[in-house]
Amino acid sequence: MAQTIRLTTPFTDEDVSKLSIGDKVLISGTIYTGRDAAHKRLVELVEAGKDLPFDIKGQIIYYVGPAPAPPGKPIGSAGPTTSYRMDPYAPTLMDVGLKGMIGKGPRNQDVIDSMKKNKAVYLAAIGGAAVVVAKSIKKAKVIAYDDLGTEAIRELKVEDFPCIVANDIYGNDIYKEGLKKYKKET
Amino acid sequence: MREINVKEIIPVVKKLCIDANYYIGEDVLNKIKEFYEKEESTTAKEVLSIILENYELAAKEKMPSCQDTGVAVIFVELGQDVHLVGGDFYEAINEGVRQGYKDGYLRKSIVDDPIIDRVNTKDNTPALIYTDIVPGEHIKITVAPKGGGSENMSEIKMMKAADGIEGVVDFVVDRVSRSGGNPCPPIVVGVGLGGNFEQSALLAKKALLRPLNESHPEEKWAKIEKEILEKVNKLGIGPQGFGGRTTALGVSIMYKPCHIASMPVAVNIQCHAARHKSAVI
Repeated sequence: MAQTIRLTTPFTDEDVSKLSIGDKVLISGTIYTGRDAAHKRLVELVEAGKDLPFDIKGQIIYYVGPAPAPPGKPIGSAGPTTSYRMDPYAPTLMDVGLKGMIGKGPRNQDVIDSMKKNKAVYLAAIGGAAVVVAKSIKKAKVIAYDDLGTEAIRELKVEDFPCIVANDIYGNDIYKEGLKKYKKET
Repeated sequence: MREINVKEIIPVVKKLCIDANYYIGEDVLNKIKEFYEKEESTTAKEVLSIILENYELAAKEKMPSCQDTGVAVIFVELGQDVHLVGGDFYEAINEGVRQGYKDGYLRKSIVDDPIIDRVNTKDNTPALIYTDIVPGEHIKITVAPKGGGSENMSEIKMMKAADGIEGVVDFVVDRVSRSGGNPCPPIVVGVGLGGNFEQSALLAKKALLRPLNESHPEEKWAKIEKEILEKVNKLGIGPQGFGGRTTALGVSIMYKPCHIASMPVAVNIQCHAARHKSAVI
């Protein structure tokens, strides 16, 4: 039965063990942004045995390239980007401690297996609901790769950031379950 | 003959870029509400209501409804009795895009070289500009910002006449099926048929400009659009791919004559942010 759960970052094994697909999660605390170009650099650092620009243990990466902040606002519109483009990089980051990813759209089997192995979760934000999401972001600061513009890594302070559990640590997948339930033969 | 200074075009394009990103069309809002009523899944209903709330908030707060404010796809109808003066027409359009994306706090999403360097041009130019010469002495400009997530789910197939309309319908439905939750469903499906390899894609894009409350003016094509929409909404993908009845809000077909050997079919997938605004100078 879907439930609403409030969680504070960083996530622990106990936090993520409570989550099942379809649950609504409201996240508060610090999360980090990263998409295609930043992921490429992060994985290169891991492979070279170097430190990452932030402590990734228990942390959450939000796949987003926000719009510029209008005057008086901490950030511009900030909805999720499509996650499969980060699939080649995600398992490496989970192996070094990443506990959660926020994006939109399904993940491949490698990522799902890695989530099971590393006790990590994938949360879906609503694609295109970029102003609704931005309202939960109270502060934003670029902490790495400023040259990437919107693709830079930002540290976000969030309050009740709304998302839905898409993959839990038990190998369940909301995208596969949704299809099973609603597909009609044509 | 009417003389128009290209500098007049700059503020028009600027405003269209901003308005298209802040204010979604009524046709989209009405279609989402219509599907909300019919939706069986409670999660799907909730997603649709958040999407509607987001469009309201975007307009109220004057912010882009989606952070992906797209590549600026611009369609120009240029009256053949217009004489353009005062500079380069396409540069004026790009200047309008530059100003709109800067002053509207829209995201700059263009990289200069698609493969090797991928360095951001930092002003969202160049725009993709398609010009048709038409009778008259007006200029009509349509700005249709197109997001990357849904564009990535698009495809062209060079089919054969023997595949028939069944083959076309199957290909379009299969393309949507393989896209799943990636392109931010509920989507709009643009289909371009005929022409050539390159024209089919442009037709599919232009098809997306048709208001969602209208169907194809020819009955036989309106029927095919309806058939595809019904099949797509039986796939079960639902809003955001979480499962449900509302996978697509509409299907829009455009066609052109083609070669006896060919049957090009292009599918352009559009997310629910089916944004476009027009102005006439």
